[in-house]
Amino acid sequence: MRQKIKKTGLYGIISISAVVVGYPLLWLFFAAFKENAEIFTSVGLLPEHFTFDGFVNGWKSTAAVPFSTFLLNSCKMVAPTVLLTAISSCLVAYGFSRFEFRGRKVLMTLMLSTMMLPNTVIMIPRYILFQKFHWLNSYIPFYAMAVMAVNPFFAYLLIQFFRGIPKDLDEAAYIDGAGKWQILTRVILPLTKAPIVSVVLFQSVWTWNDFFNPLLYIDRVKNYPVSLGLRLAIDADSVVNWNSIIAMSCVSLLPVMTLFICLQKYFVQGIASTGIKS
Amino acid sequence: MHKKDKYLGYLYIAPWLIGFLVLTLYPFVVSLFYSFTEYDMFTIRFTGFKNYVDIFTKDKTALDSLGRTLLYTAVSVPLKLLVALLVAMMLNSIQRGRVLYYTVFYLPSILGSSVALAVLWKYVFKKDGLLNLLLGAMGIDGANWLGDPKLVLYVMMLLPLWQMGAPMVLFLAALKNVPGDLLEAARIDGARPFQIFRKITLPMISPVIFFNCIMQTIEIIQIFTPAYLITKGGPVKQTYLYSLYLYDTAFRDMKIGYASALSWILFVIIISFTLAFFGLSGKWVYYGDERQ
Repeated sequence: MRQKIKKTGLYGIISISAVVVGYPLLWLFFAAFKENAEIFTSVGLLPEHFTFDGFVNGWKSTAAVPFSTFLLNSCKMVAPTVLLTAISSCLVAYGFSRFEFRGRKVLMTLMLSTMMLPNTVIMIPRYILFQKFHWLNSYIPFYAMAVMAVNPFFAYLLIQFFRGIPKDLDEAAYIDGAGKWQILTRVILPLTKAPIVSVVLFQSVWTWNDFFNPLLYIDRVKNYPVSLGLRLAIDADSVVNWNSIIAMSCVSLLPVMTLFICLQKYFVQGIASTGIKS
Repeated sequence: MHKKDKYLGYLYIAPWLIGFLVLTLYPFVVSLFYSFTEYDMFTIRFTGFKNYVDIFTKDKTALDSLGRTLLYTAVSVPLKLLVALLVAMMLNSIQRGRVLYYTVFYLPSILGSSVALAVLWKYVFKKDGLLNLLLGAMGIDGANWLGDPKLVLYVMMLLPLWQMGAPMVLFLAALKNVPGDLLEAARIDGARPFQIFRKITLPMISPVIFFNCIMQTIEIIQIFTPAYLITKGGPVKQTYLYSLYLYDTAFRDMKIGYASALSWILFVIIISFTLAFFGLSGKWVYYGDERQ
């Protein structure tokens, strides 16, 4: 009996917390279909007068550039970045987990410690560097950082996984005449699908949502990704058109939310495997 | 291993190694150099410790924003970890509906620093926003959450709490690794739930607490996007956090040297915190048998 009361109490608390956490997002989604006046008068979820005005007005956007351009720009920014990150982090992880070379341990420690290096201390010279390369106002800074595995999180995630793959498999393939490259592509990578999906998902979501780096590197409105485009809308009409801002917020969140809800287990695996250091 | 393999390893890690040298190490060293200069992207002049002296003796904005940032970090990090741990413990002890709850609690942190969340936050805490509508429905007169200089910093502290998904996932993974027979044995010996938590669970998950603590501190002390978008540092600079000041100094005022000095002060604070934390970790972090 006592056990049962306890259990019910627990479910009560957890449900209330879930509502507190989830309600704002749910509310945001429904508010996109409300009329402007209703947004500031009702706390209910479902709109009294269902309208698409928010989407229609938001899509045209207040700037000279339609919202679709921002979405397209975000895709141009995200897709190559993700692909390059996946490739570079596989290579780097393979190098660290399957080769013995001088300074391997030191370099590995160095790589891990850059995860703790605050971005603020390197962002200014990095910006000046990109400026000297004439990379500003393009997505090349993002591609370059991806090619060079600048965020070691991804390589680290894969290193953890590669270490778990028995070296006997490498040996067997080696005896069958496979070179190092074939061992990576034929033996290891086919076993690494799930972690690679984690890498792809995390990098997609992070790059899509990223606000700070585009803010630094891109200042031409026609090159803005979604995050900067949305900011433009907030600044331009912070008083009037709440429903179009909210509608475009939903549009910007939708790809990320869909990915997360459909492929949740990869997010969880990814983060759980890097968190606990061996 | 074959002789040529010795160099092949370098080839595979080359992308990272080049990136590290060009995009991390070089900027790191150069920013230290810049911090001793006056530099506006065109002319550079060596000024010794002037920037640092100015920051600590003349620059009230810097010290104020640093103080506020430290307060923000000191309150948010422990609270965030506490909430993350509590939620993880709740999720760990239920079976039914676990996936659903999990999704709900994890989602806000996946959305990260997205601008849409700033829109949401701004709307929820506006004077005529969602929270005050809810309070109004219950007959309570809500405050002007984002407009009141006394409140606004604390309202902004709620945002990291809402986004505690990443540490929560790590806590949950750690809680699952606590051996069940150990807990069972303690229960049979008559230990109360709180005792079990203090004497078994807490030591077993202490490495994760340690890891979360460091990573979250580094993240939150540099927090930029919410304050930049939601309050623009206001009202009356109450949410003008250090990274906002740093950004304005570097990219609006083009005082590269001065901004570099600001960034190095933050770096020294972070590194001293991290080292102190590592130093103290021997006292309370339990590494089990793995420890050499």
